[in-house]
Amino acid sequence: MFRNLFFAALVAALCAGLATSAFQAWRVTPLIFAAESFEGSGGEAHVHAEGTAAHEHDDAAAVSAHEHGDDEWMPQDGLERTAFTVFSNILMAAGYALIIGAVSVLFNLPVTFANGLLWGVGGFAAFTLAPALGLPPGMPGMPVADTLARQIWWFSAAIGTGAALVLVAKVRAPWALAVAVALILLPQLIAAPQAPDDPTGVPPRMTAEFVSAVLYNGALFWVVLGLAFGWMADFLAARPAPQLNGAKA
Amino acid sequence: MNNSAVSTGLSSLSLSQRLVAGLLALMLGLTLLVGTGFAGDYRLHNGAHDTRHAMGFPCH
Repeated sequence: MFRNLFFAALVAALCAGLATSAFQAWRVTPLIFAAESFEGSGGEAHVHAEGTAAHEHDDAAAVSAHEHGDDEWMPQDGLERTAFTVFSNILMAAGYALIIGAVSVLFNLPVTFANGLLWGVGGFAAFTLAPALGLPPGMPGMPVADTLARQIWWFSAAIGTGAALVLVAKVRAPWALAVAVALILLPQLIAAPQAPDDPTGVPPRMTAEFVSAVLYNGALFWVVLGLAFGWMADFLAARPAPQLNGAKA
Repeated sequence: MNNSAVSTGLSSLSLSQRLVAGLLALMLGLTLLVGTGFAGDYRLHNGAHDTRHAMGFPCH
């Protein structure tokens, strides 16, 4: 059973990781690259991107002392960067798949192909939609609030919505529904860290395009993850008993 | 050949079995998620940079 869980999570992660990689290459990464060209124009220091043209990288080094030095390692643009992105997409997908598997096992809520779509939509609501309501997905070169504060808010929004969905799935009672609504709303009422009103060279239309691309990317990722996980879990559960007994040990 | 208790999987496990498997999967999953989406180390950040932006994780 444990082996089944990990194996189903692995297959689901591979499917979802590759699906999101393809979508990203099509609709997301081109926007990131375009935004980076504006980021460069304002100096390497992302927070201080001013959209002014023709800054030398040497000039920028003075500004960027706080976070991103020019000599920092980063994957080379092209094949290396794409490979790193695909690899981290799969690792990230494995992380989410294992979390879904953990929730399934801990709360005794099986993932099947029949309810895989529901798991996917739930994951999308908790990990894409709820955080994006307070922290709109942003591109490089855009002004942002303190990273740790945003990360804490991101997690509280995701966990609040995720917990609400699990609660409603387990307890069919009016009080559970009320608590679930409170769990979803609470992080949203505690306002997310606001970005400073710094100027940026990134065009607003591109910013808007990026938000919709990220939301679609999240939807695709989560639907594939949920369905693949359920399909694999069904497949493994239907296998002959000796396999299952082995996996139970 | 396989009885329904086995084929339904989850419900056939004892509570402690589910706790161990669930917490193990949760820890491993969170480690991977934090490593790709949240870690401050610049190598992890730059390697997973496009993933972070594309998935809406808080990035620079």
